[in-house]
Amino acid sequence: MNSLSNHYIYDIAKRFISNRFALAGGVIVTLLFVLSFMAPYITPYSPDDLDAYHVLLPPSNGHWLGTDELGRDVLTRIIYGARVSLKVGFVAVGIATFIGTTAGLVAGYFGRWVDQFLMRTVDIMLCFPTFFLILAVIAMLEPSIWYIMIVIGLTGWMGVARLVRAEVLSLRERDFILAARALGASDTRIIFRHILPNALSPVLVAATLGVAGAILTESALSFLGIGVQPPVPSWGNMLTAGKDYLEFAWWLSLFPGLAILVTVIAYNLVGEGLRDAIDPRITRS
Amino acid sequence: MYGYLLKRVLMLFPLFIGITLITFVVIHLAPGEPVEMQTALNPKASAKTRQRMREFYGLDKPLHIQYVNWLGRLVKLDFGRSFAPDGRPVIKKISERIPVTLSINFIALVLEFGLAIPIGILAATHRNSIIDKGITLLVFLGFAVPTFWLSLLMMYLFGVKLGWLPISGLHSLGAAKMSTLAWLIDSAKHLILPLGVATFGSLAGLSRYTRSTMIEVIGQDFITTARAKGLSERVVIYRHALRNALLPIITILGFSLPGLIGGSVIFETIFAIPGMGQLFYMGVMSRDYPLVMGILVIGAFLTLIGNLFADLAYAVADPRIRHAKT
Repeated sequence: MNSLSNHYIYDIAKRFISNRFALAGGVIVTLLFVLSFMAPYITPYSPDDLDAYHVLLPPSNGHWLGTDELGRDVLTRIIYGARVSLKVGFVAVGIATFIGTTAGLVAGYFGRWVDQFLMRTVDIMLCFPTFFLILAVIAMLEPSIWYIMIVIGLTGWMGVARLVRAEVLSLRERDFILAARALGASDTRIIFRHILPNALSPVLVAATLGVAGAILTESALSFLGIGVQPPVPSWGNMLTAGKDYLEFAWWLSLFPGLAILVTVIAYNLVGEGLRDAIDPRITRS
Repeated sequence: MYGYLLKRVLMLFPLFIGITLITFVVIHLAPGEPVEMQTALNPKASAKTRQRMREFYGLDKPLHIQYVNWLGRLVKLDFGRSFAPDGRPVIKKISERIPVTLSINFIALVLEFGLAIPIGILAATHRNSIIDKGITLLVFLGFAVPTFWLSLLMMYLFGVKLGWLPISGLHSLGAAKMSTLAWLIDSAKHLILPLGVATFGSLAGLSRYTRSTMIEVIGQDFITTARAKGLSERVVIYRHALRNALLPIITILGFSLPGLIGGSVIFETIFAIPGMGQLFYMGVMSRDYPLVMGILVIGAFLTLIGNLFADLAYAVADPRIRHAKT
């Protein structure tokens, strides 16, 4: 069993690495992690260092991506902004994945009214334009990175729930589940030991793509001024500050946006690469 | 079919209750009340005035009573009055904004489907060619680009640098006095940027979806049969494959219908378009509870109806579902 599952993971990893796009995405994501964790050691400036003598400088040797209206180094702030994006992406998706997986497992496994109740809740949640709902909650509460992560998580679990439920429904009738039940395994054991591991791969793909979505949402909220609050640098609030100087300091508006673009593309590439690696039928048929 | 229809319609009621409940809970999560927003800046507002205002807005009653009262008024399409200084009925404010958002989003939707479906087909029929790869690249960009950033760059490029296009609002000053033709051209110029950015962003999902659906259909036996019969590739793709691929695409169209009313907060804020998204954003920022609740409920309810129609369209289009006994 163990050697078999190792072989399975090895196969997936091999297919993932042989896909150039997925690999490129993986490298960028890894790089972003390293940059965020090492930020204080890599950057020569501090993200909050004001420098009244070097305001709005274009990209140069000393400041690769220029300085902003308060003389802060843009590259440094972008690297620190990566921390915010990673945090929001992973915590929000973690919440969404946890709720979605639990709801999907419970609904699919127990069926009947439990299933009805949970799936109708999903339907209801899906009726709301997500961004409207997020905006309403965040603006009503005080803007804080924690609220953002929680609200993005609470409004993003429905897709995962449907996905997991569908997997569970098809797994539930398989012989190995019947065998486990015949051997007297409890519901909990069947769910966690036999069904969950088999339903995880689509969840992993959805979660990776979800990180990209959460990063976009956070940047949009910060751009509207109700996300991460200055002086903490986030790519979204850097763009808001930069847009007032668009005419004579283009670098303030270009680079944070590029950072978002590259990051989101990287997560999408990893997600799609994972999907193809897990289910090779799609690409090879 | 009729049994299915009846079941779906009956299901609307509990779903509607759910929508209102979530809206109500979400709005009342907030600490602080609109009364405080209005009185905080006014030192003359005494505790007594505040109490009077709370009574006036019905905020002094327990939450469940507030909910039931609100629900009772909703059924009569009474969404209450806006907390904004103008104090106008919410339904009036919303209905003023709907035509703007609706027409812009309708054009965007037509552009999106008109472009994305041919692009998806092209990518599917030229699989793994340069065309397919180019389209895939574009699709990835469309998925990943933050629309507000793209809007900013386009405004800078076409509005500020080149000076070709206006960057905000729907009409120039004095548009009311223009001739019809000049007015139309003026409006079109104002719409190019927001529509362009919106379409680019939404193309991605649909073209990708069309591509994968087409590839799936093309791989099926009846397509092989059609080719084996000696039908031309044109007929095989457009007559046989496309018709079958269109089914799931109809579902997507159904899901897009409610978005027509929803409007985009970001676009409307950036381009200063007086639509629903902008209204919602303003309402949220000033804690205009009745307005925010009204827009959320109307938006969600229209989505519900949109989904119902999409499912029905799907059932009508697919004989397997139409003739199924439920």
